Amino acid sequence: MSGAGANTAALGLSVRDVAINYGRRRIVDGLSLPDLRPGELTVLAGPNAAGKSTLLRAVAQLTPYRGAITLDGRDLAQLPGRERAQLVGFMPQTLPAGSSLIVLQSILAALRATGETPAAQADAAAMAVLERLGIAELALRPLNQLSGGQRQMVSLAQAIVRDPRLLLLDEPTSALDLARQVRLLAELRRLAAEGRVVVAVLHDLALAAQWADRIVVLHGGSVHSHGPPAEVLTPAMLAQVYRVEARVERCSRDRLVVLIDHEMA
Amino acid sequence: MTTALLEHYHRQNRRRAMLVGVMAVIAALGVVLDLVTGPAGLPLGETLRALTGAGEVSRTTEVIVWTVRLPVAVVALLVGAALALAGAEMQTVLENPLAEPFTLGVSSAAALGAATAIILGLSLPFLPTRWAISGNAFLFALGALLLLQALGRARGGDPEVLILFGIALNFAAGAFLSLLQFIASADALQQLVFWTMGSLAAASWPGAAALALVLAVTAPFSFRAAWRLTALRMGEEQARAFGVDVRALRRWSLLRVSLLSASAVAMVGVIGFVGLAGPHIARLLVGEDHRFFLPASLLTGALVMSLASTLSKTIVAGVLLPVGLVTSLIGLPIFFALIMRGRPGR
Repeated sequence: MSGAGANTAALGLSVRDVAINYGRRRIVDGLSLPDLRPGELTVLAGPNAAGKSTLLRAVAQLTPYRGAITLDGRDLAQLPGRERAQLVGFMPQTLPAGSSLIVLQSILAALRATGETPAAQADAAAMAVLERLGIAELALRPLNQLSGGQRQMVSLAQAIVRDPRLLLLDEPTSALDLARQVRLLAELRRLAAEGRVVVAVLHDLALAAQWADRIVVLHGGSVHSHGPPAEVLTPAMLAQVYRVEARVERCSRDRLVVLIDHEMA
Repeated sequence: MTTALLEHYHRQNRRRAMLVGVMAVIAALGVVLDLVTGPAGLPLGETLRALTGAGEVSRTTEVIVWTVRLPVAVVALLVGAALALAGAEMQTVLENPLAEPFTLGVSSAAALGAATAIILGLSLPFLPTRWAISGNAFLFALGALLLLQALGRARGGDPEVLILFGIALNFAAGAFLSLLQFIASADALQQLVFWTMGSLAAASWPGAAALALVLAVTAPFSFRAAWRLTALRMGEEQARAFGVDVRALRRWSLLRVSLLSASAVAMVGVIGFVGLAGPHIARLLVGEDHRFFLPASLLTGALVMSLASTLSKTIVAGVLLPVGLVTSLIGLPIFFALIMRGRPGR
């Protein structure tokens, strides 16, 4: 599935020296990420205004930036929109609540807005994605009658219906109940295991500890630390980045838990 | 379950397509109704005979049908179709259900254009005098929307910015219009007021042909953009993530809107409401899948205008009311009824 001419060293997502301004304010400055390989679920963590969403939107080519962002060695900024949409799936924080489109139409729009997918094939693909996410029963419901959590699942369906190589998700669990959070993260792991690069912004460090292969902590527009959850989630990091006093402990089944004691003075 | 759901979805789509077909038939009937009403009181059979050329009809009947009623009916149909299609596209690309060409300054710009012809006597150099008012109205309306786009692009093309510029433009044109009205003679003022009320009285075959041409050129591009426009209902960012070049979509769509609404307003003056209500009624009937929504809007607009044209001849016997007044009078009750009864997501 990788682009022609891409060598193995360049497989995956590479983010080098990225700078992003918002108006005249610099949000992200000279940021480089470790190479993110297919098969991995990476969580972008960090406090509010650390630049997580901004970086994610830059990778999705939804906001202008300077620097190099490549997928399998191909510069994403150089790809025409249509081709990029085949490679990159993006799930935003929220889906507009006002549309009376029915769920299936919205997934079909995601698929047919630029591609030449034949109608029958598109219908089947859209239903398959809803089935996969366990929301087939929502297919004929209008978007404006769904709950926030249901809309979030539909949004994920829109992001993966093109079978993208790179999947970017901005706080995908923010509106989900506990069972759906687990379902979504398990699904993200499966999507990664199928050979995709999956990057999600998550606020919930417990979820990140449980599900991520790797956590990248952003702080003030640059990378503070990165690595497997057990290496990254430390009291020192939580103190420096989040300004909280916290304990990171192992509980039963060797699971990491992050216990926040109080805000630092 | 998947197959059952898909079958249900396809049944819904067939129903939507059928609804669009039925609307086309009703719109055609609306034109016939428009044709057979008028102060001359021609019987239905005679009107149809004159139309089809089957059988003998008097010369007078032939003239009334072919040079008075038919151009009026056809122009009404086309104006309604053009305004509603323009409104539908505009609501989608500006992501605002209140957007329509006339709320964004097209009508006041067109009125200002008409005023320059009526009051100042200015017109395009090589245009025949009888087209001076239409020509100016068209130029000003088109100019207003193109200016709007240029201003919007300078500020990044945000829909909200476009709407604000549109409102500003509306007031600016209105102010200049007041200035012209202030210096106008009584005769010129009356002519201008009638023009702004919207009238089909000046409908002609060349006008109908021009409108038909604009529709024929723009509508296919609108329909071709249906999936992209549907995707835009998910928000600009999502549409871009789906690979849609939203800026280009918006630019071309607003160009189509400009052409459609400028030609409509140039032909018949200010006809409010159709561009706003047509799309709303269509949305309630067939939903937001633009493959159905765009043609349904076009047909709703056509039907509303045909009915308005018919009523403008019949409400007060022997008086041809300005059709712009009538669209509001008949459109509003239908509109209210649909909002009150409307179930989202149909």
